[in-house]
Amino acid sequence: MSSRRRAWRGVFTLYMPVAPFVFFALFPLYFMAVTSLKKNAELYDTTTVPFWIGRGVTFGHYQLLSSDTLFWSWFLNSLLVSLGATVISVALGILAAYPLARLKFPGGDSFGVAIFITYLVPPSLLFLPLTTVVTKLGLADSLWSLIVTYPTFLVPFCTWLLMGYFRTVPKEIEECAMLDGCNRAQTLIRILLPVAVPGVICAALFAFTLSWNEFLYALVFVSPAELKTMTVGVYSELIRGDIYYWGGLMAGACIGSLPIVIAYVFFLDYYVSGLTAGAVK
Amino acid sequence: MRLRTLNGEVAKVAARGDAPPRALTDVLGRDTPIAYTFIAPAFFLLLFLVAYPFVLSLWFSLSDARVGETGHWVGLDNFRKLLGSDTFRQTLQNSLVFTAAALGAKTIFGMALALLLFRIGRFKRLIRGAVLLPFIVPTALSTLVWWWMFEPLYSVVNWTLKALHVVNRDIPWLPDPYLAMFTVVLVNTWRGLPFFAITILAGLVAIPKEMYEAAESDGAGPAARFWHITLPLLKPVLAVVILFSAIFTLADFNIVYVLTKGGPINMTHLFATYSFQIGLQSGQIGQGAAISLFLFPILLMIVFTQLRLVRKATTYE
Repeated sequence: MSSRRRAWRGVFTLYMPVAPFVFFALFPLYFMAVTSLKKNAELYDTTTVPFWIGRGVTFGHYQLLSSDTLFWSWFLNSLLVSLGATVISVALGILAAYPLARLKFPGGDSFGVAIFITYLVPPSLLFLPLTTVVTKLGLADSLWSLIVTYPTFLVPFCTWLLMGYFRTVPKEIEECAMLDGCNRAQTLIRILLPVAVPGVICAALFAFTLSWNEFLYALVFVSPAELKTMTVGVYSELIRGDIYYWGGLMAGACIGSLPIVIAYVFFLDYYVSGLTAGAVK
Repeated sequence: MRLRTLNGEVAKVAARGDAPPRALTDVLGRDTPIAYTFIAPAFFLLLFLVAYPFVLSLWFSLSDARVGETGHWVGLDNFRKLLGSDTFRQTLQNSLVFTAAALGAKTIFGMALALLLFRIGRFKRLIRGAVLLPFIVPTALSTLVWWWMFEPLYSVVNWTLKALHVVNRDIPWLPDPYLAMFTVVLVNTWRGLPFFAITILAGLVAIPKEMYEAAESDGAGPAARFWHITLPLLKPVLAVVILFSAIFTLADFNIVYVLTKGGPINMTHLFATYSFQIGLQSGQIGQGAAISLFLFPILLMIVFTQLRLVRKATTYE
């Protein structure tokens, strides 16, 4: 078979069947961007073709978002919460993953199983009692309520991911360091962590993404408008009664997704490896 | 499992000719304090913010607690009331339909997509990157665009269907109970498909090429190779992906809350959204906790099966 014919066969048997999947995945995101840039007159005119912008681009929805809503506060809140929760979760994850991957101690296996179970606990199982706990701790209606509760699902994830990663690092390099007089904490920080940097980056990326995307806890624990996170702010403050600001909503959704999409474009391989490690290992 | 490794250590130590008892306490004694110190922060976090809330949730479900009131012990009243309530039975049925339909769609299309991605050479990174995107974009925000796409007056889906003369009237996607269920399943599939495809793809990559070559030389066609090699060897990966996704599909909150709020007439309520409505919006925490606890036995079953699968995989290694 000539290479040209093989190439054509590829187009028909591979690229054409994959096209609907790519379209299905991307169209809603494309439509989100298009809607956010359309003038209201065109947006609400059912006689025009909705797929592209026919009557000029406008940044009006973005300007409105900036000037008439607390959008940038929500953005900042999301950033603070996600960074805080990520730092805490990765730190606790590293500490817990190390003994689980390397050391033998009574209760180790049980703790491993407990981590696995909490990893599978969905947030919607515990949000009601957690509301009570958050209120009792005096954290309700503050960003701390989220910085403290997000690690409940992030720590198990980071621990699980890093445990798998630490196991792939050969034991011997640590044993050498210990013969030279390093203790466990020193070997972890000076020997294992530098080798495990990709694993740590992966855990941090996922922790950040999951925090940024979280919706239920942010909706329940924080009610003042100026303290809301991105996801909740756009949803609850831009929909007033029966009036929907579709242009503004889509503009908010675009900017709210942007940080994650940027991180994703730069770290695609980490996302892929983290995604499969989470389920396969 | 620990017993076996312990015996292993003993055997190793004995083989080296050391005195077993001292060496054994050495092995355990030296690392134990440091292991506990390292684990302590994670342990206490999970104890106070997962285990304690769980116990609290059990207590709530057995009481008539309301927002701001501790409530009194009512035994299994909440559960009895729920099982007698039409809305809750509808929620049970919805959860079953939603989870089964979404899992089925994600498995079948995820498998198809993975098989395609596996064979693609050119633009591999670009296509994989594009296909994965729905999974990482914030669900609460991406569901908003789906809502806009199915909006009664300006729906782009209806516009297209009318332009193609498939229908001549607007289809009531979200106001119609059955179509609303279809829509939430569709959005859940959109979001979850990348996870299935990428994980199954990782499973496909792990299958040794020699097996296909051997089968091909024995005259097995593409279909036979799929049924007799690909599928059996993918079983462990498929099982893990489906079980994992089963929990999070069943416990879904974002998509249903944003798109339908459980309506029309409770026809898309899932445990999470119904528990949110009863527990927070009507303030009946006891009843709400009981609703979300229905997730627990299913969760437990899945965890148990997963652990067995993981153990089996490690013994084969």
